[in-house]
Amino acid sequence: MTGNLRWRLAVISLVAFLGLIYMLPSLGSVKQSFLGKFLPDDVISLGLDLKGGIHLTLGVDVDKALATSLAQMGRDIRDQVKEEGIAIQRPGTTGDGKQLEFVLATPDKRDALDKYLSSHFAVLHVDSVASAPEGRFIYKLSFTQSYRDDQARMTVDQAVKTIRNRIDEFGVAEPDIRKQADNRIQIQLPGLQDPERAIKLIGKTAHLEFKVVDETVDLDKAQKGVLPPGDELSVLRHRNPDGSYLERPIALKADAVMTGESIADARANFDANNQAYVALTFTPGGSRQFERVTGENVKKQLAIVLDGKVYSAPTIQEKIGGGRASITGRFSTEEARDLAIVLRAGALPAPVNILEQRTVGPSLGQESIEKGVFSAVVGGIIVIAFMILYYGLAGAVADMALLFNLVLIVAGLAGFGATLTLPGIAGIILTIGMAVDANVIIFERIREELRRGDTARRAVDIGYSRATLTILDANVTTVIAAVVLYQFGTGPIRGFAVTLILGIVASMFTAIFFTRFLFDLWLAKRPADAALRI
Amino acid sequence: MVLELIRPGTNINFLKYRKLAYLISAAIILAGVVSLAVKGGPRFGVDFSGGLSIQVRFAKTMDVEQIAKAVEGVGLENIVVQRFGQDDGNEFLIRASDHEINQETVRTSIESALAKNLPDSGYAVQRLEMVGPKVGADLRGKALEAIFYSVLLIAIYISGRFEQRWMAAGLMAAGLSGGIYLLKLVGASTVWLIVAAMAITLVLCFVMRLKYALGAVVADLHDILITIAVFSLLDLEFDLTIVAALLTILGYSLNDTIIVYDRIREKLRGVDKSMPFEQVINQSVNETLSRTILTAGTTLITVSCLFFLGGPVIHDFSLAMLIGILAGTYSSVFVASPILLDLGSGLNKPAPAEPTSGPRVNAARA
Repeated sequence: MTGNLRWRLAVISLVAFLGLIYMLPSLGSVKQSFLGKFLPDDVISLGLDLKGGIHLTLGVDVDKALATSLAQMGRDIRDQVKEEGIAIQRPGTTGDGKQLEFVLATPDKRDALDKYLSSHFAVLHVDSVASAPEGRFIYKLSFTQSYRDDQARMTVDQAVKTIRNRIDEFGVAEPDIRKQADNRIQIQLPGLQDPERAIKLIGKTAHLEFKVVDETVDLDKAQKGVLPPGDELSVLRHRNPDGSYLERPIALKADAVMTGESIADARANFDANNQAYVALTFTPGGSRQFERVTGENVKKQLAIVLDGKVYSAPTIQEKIGGGRASITGRFSTEEARDLAIVLRAGALPAPVNILEQRTVGPSLGQESIEKGVFSAVVGGIIVIAFMILYYGLAGAVADMALLFNLVLIVAGLAGFGATLTLPGIAGIILTIGMAVDANVIIFERIREELRRGDTARRAVDIGYSRATLTILDANVTTVIAAVVLYQFGTGPIRGFAVTLILGIVASMFTAIFFTRFLFDLWLAKRPADAALRI
Repeated sequence: MVLELIRPGTNINFLKYRKLAYLISAAIILAGVVSLAVKGGPRFGVDFSGGLSIQVRFAKTMDVEQIAKAVEGVGLENIVVQRFGQDDGNEFLIRASDHEINQETVRTSIESALAKNLPDSGYAVQRLEMVGPKVGADLRGKALEAIFYSVLLIAIYISGRFEQRWMAAGLMAAGLSGGIYLLKLVGASTVWLIVAAMAITLVLCFVMRLKYALGAVVADLHDILITIAVFSLLDLEFDLTIVAALLTILGYSLNDTIIVYDRIREKLRGVDKSMPFEQVINQSVNETLSRTILTAGTTLITVSCLFFLGGPVIHDFSLAMLIGILAGTYSSVFVASPILLDLGSGLNKPAPAEPTSGPRVNAARA
């Protein structure tokens, strides 16, 4: 064996060795055996379409969060400039929630207000100041774009964190939660049995507030829209034994006396009647606040409001110390447990909408794998048999290259931590058909050269050198298409692009480098004028 | 020699049949266009149109009407039930194009409707896909962008590659980007951008005398259009996997075309400069014919396995690949190469004209 052949053998052995140690762990039986301890831990991870599970795309309603914080900022401005002798009236957001509007009732203080705004509320931009009757001014302001962007980013980050906490508490193995463009969050939960419940758990805003009930309000009038200033109308949900809800109106003081932020812990619990409820523990600061609030409102009703719905409104009998409270509402055990999870994990900073949902049952995934592998095996066997039939020994060489190629694809998927999807399996099957192409091109070329009367050695030489360039750039176009697919595709399609690229790249090595080596090895042992049958 | 499909020295006069081939291709594409026009556009799957699709398997034999009746009270708009997979599989798709689906409750309401109206049918939800209108539009946009960038990159690659004129490729890239940039300024939609990119590519190829690139683009367009046409004629849905299939076909078809073109250029560089262009093309196609057939053969074998054995989820994808590979193989022989003669004759440096001494015609002896 010449030096040239020797180093080529070394390269091939190395690639084969790496390919095998990365491929073997993905075969379940090897992983379990004693060999598994010496092999890398990376195995092919299966996509949701093969493993079963749920894929969600959530849209975070950042605009809503911004509108809320704009309204709050309006009240803050009113309260703060009062001390400067500036009177601001009716701060509030405009219909679309994008602008803050208020009336300046002390026109002579306009300069002072402008100065105050630019020094203390630099995140606001004054869009317009219009004159109003009695010399007043109507201000319209909005957040600066950079502040909006910052807030949007923070809101989505916070939402991702909260959702991750909730899912961790819920107990799903290997969840995948990631932020996407346009304030979206993508969530993948493999092997989940009850998608409905998971969606409820993830999607709940869980904005908890404690509000004092205004018992003086005439509810009939309130429903027609007549409400004392500072009050709001809400609904009290009363759960019937059959699971349906009875809703009745209830008037509340709009300003929350406490929010869910002061909750340290939440647990599902059972009362004496074996009825599930959620027990809350406040933070130290929250405990003091709760003690004060309950002390100030004895004999009044305190409403527990979750996402705008009143769950219960117990009457405060006496000042409550100790930092504990409970939410009752005839929950089922599961509901109480899930509610405890979301309260513990914290509220979402903004409501989320489910934009996309895909669920695959585990049995369907298993079936897809079996069918995919079966068609790959059948297709592979036919191609292998065909190549031997058509090219004889040379066909067997191409078949070895094909098997080598498959090992490398599987090893590549495991080694790079790529995900195998159903289209990915299709990509592998396609590769089986296309990988032999390189050898077909080379062999046809060699046949032509042999027909011209060249020696075997020369024919192989010319065949490979002429065909290599052709093969290379014929495959570039497929790689271009695959790369673009990877860039723009979603999960399953990406899996397809990955196997296609891996297959093509691997076939460059196996179908050209590896088979050439085998031919050269064969020729090296024979006289220069040996005949070759291809 | 173990086996030979095409005898050496075979010389089928493919160019003679090119008019017929153009006619057949045009007829299929035209039929596709008509069917698209009649339907008011392609039939989109849930990915692109948005809506709901639930795959349900029953333990008992069911028919479509039974299920449709069972779920009609759920209150979803445009609800359609169709059989999924083989006739004896007892699998069905429940589809709705409703955009105001309540993502949290729709599954429960469908399941409870099935439980109530079809007790002991042994139903099991296998798969559920709900795509909101926003995401549907986004996915549509992404798919179009993917097609657009593939066309762009491949056009640039082949204009450089085929004539080794990377300067021309640079011009092509600049021309394309400039044209697209202008169109974007005017606010053209992605569909028009794709059409424009194709048109600009064709025009630039023509102006810059890149006849091989021109031929390759035309052949590529041909294959994609044929696949789309057949899909529309069979009334199948376009979804993300079909787009993936189309792009793969794009790559595969070029692959085929490049092999033939390489042979043509090799011959043109070769000793016999007096050979008419027509004969060069014919000989090249013939010499690469066994490779063309073999590769198409092995690929068709594996894709057929996928089509027949891979299960219903991957069925349409493999069908698209089958059509595309057939069209790609056919086009590299009957469209891509002959078109060099027809489109390219104006671009070609006048080859020594010898129309009378046409290539000899051998009957296929395969």
